[in-house]
Amino acid sequence: MSAVCSALLPASATSPSNLIRPMNFDWTAATAALPDLLQGLELTIFIAVAGLIGGTVLGVLTAVALNYGGWLLQAPAQAYVALIRGTPIVVQVMFIYFALPIMLGIRLSATSAAIITLIVNSGAYTAEIVRGALDSVPAGLREAGLAMGLGFRKVLTYVIAPIAFRRALPAMGNQVVAVVKDTSIFLVIGVGELTRRGQEIMSQNFRAVEIWTAVALIYLILISMLTISLRFVERKSRLP
Amino acid sequence: MSMIEFKQTTKRFGSHLVLHPLELAIGSGEVAVVVGPSGSGKSTMLRCINVLETISDGDLRVDNISVRGSSRDIRRIRLEAGMVFQQFNLFPHLTALENVMFGPIRARGRSRAEACEIAAALLEKVGLAERMSHYPSQLSGGQQQRVAIARALAVEPKLMLFDEPTSALDPELRQEVLKVMQTLAVEGMTMVVVTHEMSFARRVGSRLLFLDKGHLVHDGNPVELLSAPPSDRFRDFLQHVH
Repeated sequence: MSAVCSALLPASATSPSNLIRPMNFDWTAATAALPDLLQGLELTIFIAVAGLIGGTVLGVLTAVALNYGGWLLQAPAQAYVALIRGTPIVVQVMFIYFALPIMLGIRLSATSAAIITLIVNSGAYTAEIVRGALDSVPAGLREAGLAMGLGFRKVLTYVIAPIAFRRALPAMGNQVVAVVKDTSIFLVIGVGELTRRGQEIMSQNFRAVEIWTAVALIYLILISMLTISLRFVERKSRLP
Repeated sequence: MSMIEFKQTTKRFGSHLVLHPLELAIGSGEVAVVVGPSGSGKSTMLRCINVLETISDGDLRVDNISVRGSSRDIRRIRLEAGMVFQQFNLFPHLTALENVMFGPIRARGRSRAEACEIAAALLEKVGLAERMSHYPSQLSGGQQQRVAIARALAVEPKLMLFDEPTSALDPELRQEVLKVMQTLAVEGMTMVVVTHEMSFARRVGSRLLFLDKGHLVHDGNPVELLSAPPSDRFRDFLQHVH
């Protein structure tokens, strides 16, 4: 599998001892790489946002099926969550990128495969988060809504969902961060996201310390900004 | 005509018969106070009326609509039967005003402006004009329960069901809730009240129902029943309540 080999190549190229040059850092290598890395960051963000939006929609639908669907909806939802949680995301992306196109006779770009993998993967974890949040809403509130003559859908929309949303926020924050970082594993199928870009640049200039420091810092800044905005949303939606 | 009619109604949880065949009619404008030991089936009986519990056998008609009807019938019954819960069950993400506006908007399809007018008037009626923009967590138990009563009234029900409305309250907060309920009774609202408040039963009730182990044991005038308990079971029960 050439994609896997190419992913592993730089590591073997840097290991010979004659390439290790301690105390000889050239930080201009990092600044020179920055435009390329930021292009990778753009793709990282694009994949993460698409994955998160799709994953959240899929996760919420799955959670509703798990909590309120009959067995006809519950069984496939349970199977889906078990399948995704029971396999590593690397295996999932390999399956979707290499196996699925053969089975269905379609062509799939690496970026599309990455997005689909994230949606499917994040959807399962989101489903568990949302299921727990829906479960945590006291039954009395549902009864209060029903007792007013509302149908169950209205009760779900106007009573249960707004409360469950707030209860799901902290765990969803974790999920958002996890999804952003998970994009880095798509280097194995050659998606030019941030980690892949770093690796490509490093395989040309062998500046491991400089490039990986830069890559790590970019992730750290991105995720710090995310964490701060998530905390802001949490604070804004907190009830007195 | 009867507002609520139990016709050989039973309720079973699994093999356990919670409500033995019950024959009972409650008329418009009556204030029926239901008492009995815990586990006697009084809450279950109340919850059958607005179909939060489904009956097992017989029939139960509310304003001549059967609880065994379609889901549309059940929604009609629930629109006519306001419910007040022991644990208040106010929506924690809405203010007092929004809680009371909820029913008119979502259940009755009224505009926000109409709903706001209805809600403000009702909150004033229960003495909470100053607390409209407070969230439930910012209100005392007694205040929360009064909001809950206003919320149920806002849907414009023909009868009100109270499921131990003061049981979760500290003694000093009970009176403010009971006073609101008394006002409703005086205005002619049909009410079914499950409670342990014997003084309320005596003062406000037009009828006292004593349930024990799923049987309706006594049904009569509250003052008469309370001053001269007709059975040992009832006398025994009263001694435990006081």
